[in-house]
Amino acid sequence: MSEQKNGEVRIGVYVCHCGANIADTVDVKAVAEYAATLPGVVIARDYKYMCSDPGQELIQEDIHNLSINRVVVAACSPTLHENTFRGAAERAGLNPFFVQMVNIREHDSWVHSDREAATEKAKDLVRAAVRRVYFHKPLEKRRVPIHSEVLVVGGGIAGIHAALTVANSGKRVYLVEREPTIGGHMAQYDKTFPTLDCAACILTPKMSAVKAHPNITLWTYSEVVSVDGSVGDYKVVVRRKPRYVREDLCVGCLQCIDTCVFKEPKFDDEFNLGLSKRKPIYIPFPQATPKVVVVDPEACIQLKTGKCKKSCLEACVERGAIDFEQKETYEEIHVGSIIIATGFQTFDPRRLPQYGYGRYPNVYTTLEVERLVNASGPTGGQVVTRDGRIPKSVGIILCVGSRDENTNRWCSRVCCMTSLKLAHLIKEHTGAEVFIFYIDMRAAGKGYEEFYQRVLNEGVHFVRGRVAEITDWALDPSEEGKLVARVEDTNTGFVRRIPLDMVVLAVGLEPQPDALNVQRLFGIGCSLDGFFLEKHPKLAPAPTYTDGIFIAGVCHGPKDIPDTVMQAGYAAAEAIALADTGYFELEPNTAYVVEEECSGCKSCIPLCPYQAITFNEEKKKAFINEVLCKGCGTCVAACPSGSIKQNLFEDEEIFSEIEGVLAYAQ
Amino acid sequence: MQPSAKYLYYPGCSLKGTGIAYEESLLTTFRLLEMPVKELPDWNCCGATTYMSISEESATLLAARNLALARQTGSKDLLAPCNACYLTLRKSQEMVAHYPQIARQTEQFLEQAGLPRLDSVRVRHPLEVLYNDVGLQRLRELTVRRLQGVRMASYYGCQAVRPYGEVDDPHDPTRMDEILKAVGVEVVEYSLKTKCCGGPLTGTIHDAGVRLNYILLKEAVRRGAQAIVTICPLCQFNLDAYQAEIRKQTGEPIDMPILYLTQVVGWALGGEFRELGLHRAISGRKLVEQWFTAKKEAETYV
Repeated sequence: MSEQKNGEVRIGVYVCHCGANIADTVDVKAVAEYAATLPGVVIARDYKYMCSDPGQELIQEDIHNLSINRVVVAACSPTLHENTFRGAAERAGLNPFFVQMVNIREHDSWVHSDREAATEKAKDLVRAAVRRVYFHKPLEKRRVPIHSEVLVVGGGIAGIHAALTVANSGKRVYLVEREPTIGGHMAQYDKTFPTLDCAACILTPKMSAVKAHPNITLWTYSEVVSVDGSVGDYKVVVRRKPRYVREDLCVGCLQCIDTCVFKEPKFDDEFNLGLSKRKPIYIPFPQATPKVVVVDPEACIQLKTGKCKKSCLEACVERGAIDFEQKETYEEIHVGSIIIATGFQTFDPRRLPQYGYGRYPNVYTTLEVERLVNASGPTGGQVVTRDGRIPKSVGIILCVGSRDENTNRWCSRVCCMTSLKLAHLIKEHTGAEVFIFYIDMRAAGKGYEEFYQRVLNEGVHFVRGRVAEITDWALDPSEEGKLVARVEDTNTGFVRRIPLDMVVLAVGLEPQPDALNVQRLFGIGCSLDGFFLEKHPKLAPAPTYTDGIFIAGVCHGPKDIPDTVMQAGYAAAEAIALADTGYFELEPNTAYVVEEECSGCKSCIPLCPYQAITFNEEKKKAFINEVLCKGCGTCVAACPSGSIKQNLFEDEEIFSEIEGVLAYAQ
Repeated sequence: MQPSAKYLYYPGCSLKGTGIAYEESLLTTFRLLEMPVKELPDWNCCGATTYMSISEESATLLAARNLALARQTGSKDLLAPCNACYLTLRKSQEMVAHYPQIARQTEQFLEQAGLPRLDSVRVRHPLEVLYNDVGLQRLRELTVRRLQGVRMASYYGCQAVRPYGEVDDPHDPTRMDEILKAVGVEVVEYSLKTKCCGGPLTGTIHDAGVRLNYILLKEAVRRGAQAIVTICPLCQFNLDAYQAEIRKQTGEPIDMPILYLTQVVGWALGGEFRELGLHRAISGRKLVEQWFTAKKEAETYV
């Protein structure tokens, strides 16, 4: 070992049994005995559970009594207990970054069965850590202050609930929604499972509360266009699209819609999924929030040609809310944290042509049927086919675009229950025979199984089998003029043909089509399926890898309304906790530029995945923002002149560790 | 080889036997399109589905010999009009591409036979050639006469579009409809386009096979079709040959011409009755004669 830089180095090595987890495969006593022989090691111990209080006290006593000033803990993964042991050292008065962990569980005992070889491997790993810890330097954790304002992106039930929770704690919230109204998908649903609460009745009070809340700034018809900064201080720019109606003046009397030159609605109504028509000036639905009309620039004659007689202006002459000159505007805000709740899209069943969606008019999606059964929907709550008949038989096909290698592999989690609910409602509305075609029913949730039993008892027919196709050819007269589901009933082993008047496809949930852009904009991750990635699947399912950014609702993965609300509340609690703490502690293992050696080549700048490196034009040197740096080391490795270094990963630390682990080969 | 013969033609057993009308109409149609085809010299059995289900290796070797012969001629496109031939040749290509064991065996076999390796031969189906290489626009331009007021249903059979989907969309094929419309034929919607005709069942479990034919014919009638247009010799034969039996069994007066796509297109391009093999029709003979032998004056010229 070379010269000592940090005074006399006195190393303590602590080998953990982890009960039987390590000790069964690794001879921990032998490892400790070996460690004691290594240069610089003053004491080496083994103990049954190092992470327990007595285990930690062992270390602390050695720091006091034996003046230990470097600690090596050979135990489990540092992601589990690094903070535990750093904390123990800190409480004994030692800088926490003088602690090094060796993972002899996941990297050794759990993956090997040969006790002798595993013990040798543990010795090699401990030797490497002993050599490395020798060069550790004391590091300081830095704190950044946190703005208390919170941005919520997306105004569905997740965004609404998160915004209200944060606002109720007294913090300012900006809620940005790209559609003209908040409410999201939930506003389109008729009733909610399993209680059959009316979705609008439970949602619209929350929508009004958002609008009325003194702490919430609501920007609908708006989109986040840029995000700069980092945890505690995000600078966000929001583009507010022109709705050609002044939000401060419109009172939602809707007279402009009545007087529009289009006497009849002519354009597909987005809210009703094209099942009804609207005018160029419209309000998405009666409870839209804000209750402000919007003009569709693709449909409005005035906006398209400038040659309309503008009867809407006359209708609104007193208030003067309609403004064809309106331009888009940009708002810049500073927020401490961001909650992303951008929702989902439903699977496009045209991708499965065997089900005939788009080809046969009486094939619907579950979302369309939600509108059909809704009393304020396009048919006033009448379940009728497109040719105006009340269906006598209805088939609901599950897992359309879910649990399917050809489309999406994941279970969309809500379709079983949605289908049970729609089966109940369709039966109630029409008295039709209802068939549910399923792979297996997934009714896990409070009160869900009971609802399933209820629908079973109501006489809905459950056919276990994946429908091969929906077709319109008739084998006998009973099938003429009907759709026919061809399916292998796997409970009976027979191939069946079931004639139906209406087919409902329970379409799965998918990431929004522009989820990738949102992911890049906010610098968060996506899992393989395209949904946003949480920091930990069990212990941190709302935080992301980017500090200060949280996710909630289906943008994170399919979930029902209760789970969405729970996650939104959790994300809100994290944002509130962050704001109330007032500061955020940064890991010090960040990279830094040794300015004298930087040539200003800029190679590092585009490589940084966190956009933490900027160029100082005055000095012609690279600059690393410690707050943004996550310590990935990419720039350190890439710097041609070796002028970027990283705390805890200095050259001498890494090289000594490598020498240590390879020492057996010498 | 003549430089003008871009397409090598692999007849398979059917087009020299029960499906001879397919060969006649194919050669006529391609002649009228000025796209002459040359028959693959020394071809052998394709290995067809029955062979494939007993021994994949042997079936692949049989098909591979044909592909290697095609390769030897230097031509890149091998026309396989019979759906069974088309599928077997394509399938053996996939076998060789994805199963190293079969690939090695095939290579050894070809080497022993002094034949070249299998690469860069494209197996083509006439339907897809008409659609992709000729194109709807050119078919419209070349059409010299139209069948007025005759409604037809297009029928692919099971093997043309599945599983590879290169001939047409496996779930909702529409190219045959588009080709028929381009040459002036009125088309009815027919959801049974790819449903099984019974295949060899008509010879083995006769009643089951005939029942499947009955379903196809009955639905075509229900939809107002006066003829079914096919691209597979076995489908054509099955649908054509058992109509008398079906009439006897069911008492339904089904008597419907079953035509090859190349017969309909060839006629629109100006081909004559006998050179299109139209004289070989079994069912709906009178209609076939009425439609395709009308005196020139009565024909509708475009």
